[in-house]
Amino acid sequence: MWAYEKKLEYPVKVSGPNPKLAKVVVTQYGGPDGELAASLRYLTQRYTMPTSQAKGVLTDIGTEELAHMEIVAALVYNLLKGAPLSEIKAAGMDGYYADHDRSVYFVNGDGVPWVAAYIQSKGDPIADLHDNMAAEEKARATYEHLINLSDDPQVTDVLRFLREREVVHFQRFGETLNIVQDFLDRRKVW
Amino acid sequence: MRTPINREELLLRIQALEFAALDLNLYLNTHPGDARALADFNQISAALAQTRTAYEQAFGPLMNYGHSLSCGRWAWIDEPWPWEA
Repeated sequence: MWAYEKKLEYPVKVSGPNPKLAKVVVTQYGGPDGELAASLRYLTQRYTMPTSQAKGVLTDIGTEELAHMEIVAALVYNLLKGAPLSEIKAAGMDGYYADHDRSVYFVNGDGVPWVAAYIQSKGDPIADLHDNMAAEEKARATYEHLINLSDDPQVTDVLRFLREREVVHFQRFGETLNIVQDFLDRRKVW
Repeated sequence: MRTPINREELLLRIQALEFAALDLNLYLNTHPGDARALADFNQISAALAQTRTAYEQAFGPLMNYGHSLSCGRWAWIDEPWPWEA
C-alpha cells in the first residue's frame, strides 16, 4: 500500500500566474512522456519482473514518479491560480478553461487527454526495461524543451531538478537491465 | 538561547535528508553490496527520523495512516497542503 507524506519531494514556487507556461508544463502531468505515464508504467510492469532487485527498482522509481506528478501538479496549479481570463485566452487556454476552469487535469500541451495506450506492460522484462530507459530519455528531452520555453526562473529551477531525476532513473534502469540479463542468461546454463 | 524553529527551514532540511535517502535507496537496489552506501543510508535515515520528529512536534503530522502521532487534537487536516506555495 501507499501512505501520503504531507510535503513535496522538491520545493515549488512560481513568480506569479502564467497560463502560457502552465499550458506547456501540463504535458508532464498528462502527456505521453509525463509523470502519470511514468509512474503507472513502472508500477504495473513490476508484477512480472523476474528478480527481486527489478521489483524493488520499479516499485521505488514508480513511487518517486508519483511524487514528481505532484510537483508538476503544484506547478500547474500555482501558474493558473488567480490568472486573469484575458491571459488565459491570450495563452490559448480558453478551451481548457471551459472544461476545467483553473484546475489540474491530465492533458498534453494541446489539450489531448491522457490514454493508457501511452504506456505498455509487455510481460517480457527485457522489452519492458528497454521501454523504461527510452521513457526516461523522452521525459528528459521534454523537460529540456520546457526549460527552453520557461520564462520563470523559479519554474526553471524545478524543471531542472525533474530533468536530473530522469538521468538518474535511466542509469538505474540500465543497471537493472544488466542484472536481469545476467539472471536470464544464467538460467539457460545446464 | 533557544534558536527559533522556522517551519520552512525545517521542512527544507527534511526534504534534503529524504532526497539523499531516496537516491541512496535507488542506488542500493542495484548495488546492494556497497557497504559505504549502506552506512550512509542508515546514518541519513536516522537523521531524517530525528528531524521529522522535531518537525511534527512543532508543526503537526507529516504522514497519514498511523505513521505520525497526532497529540492533543487531529492536526492532519491543518493548512497548508504541500501544493499551496
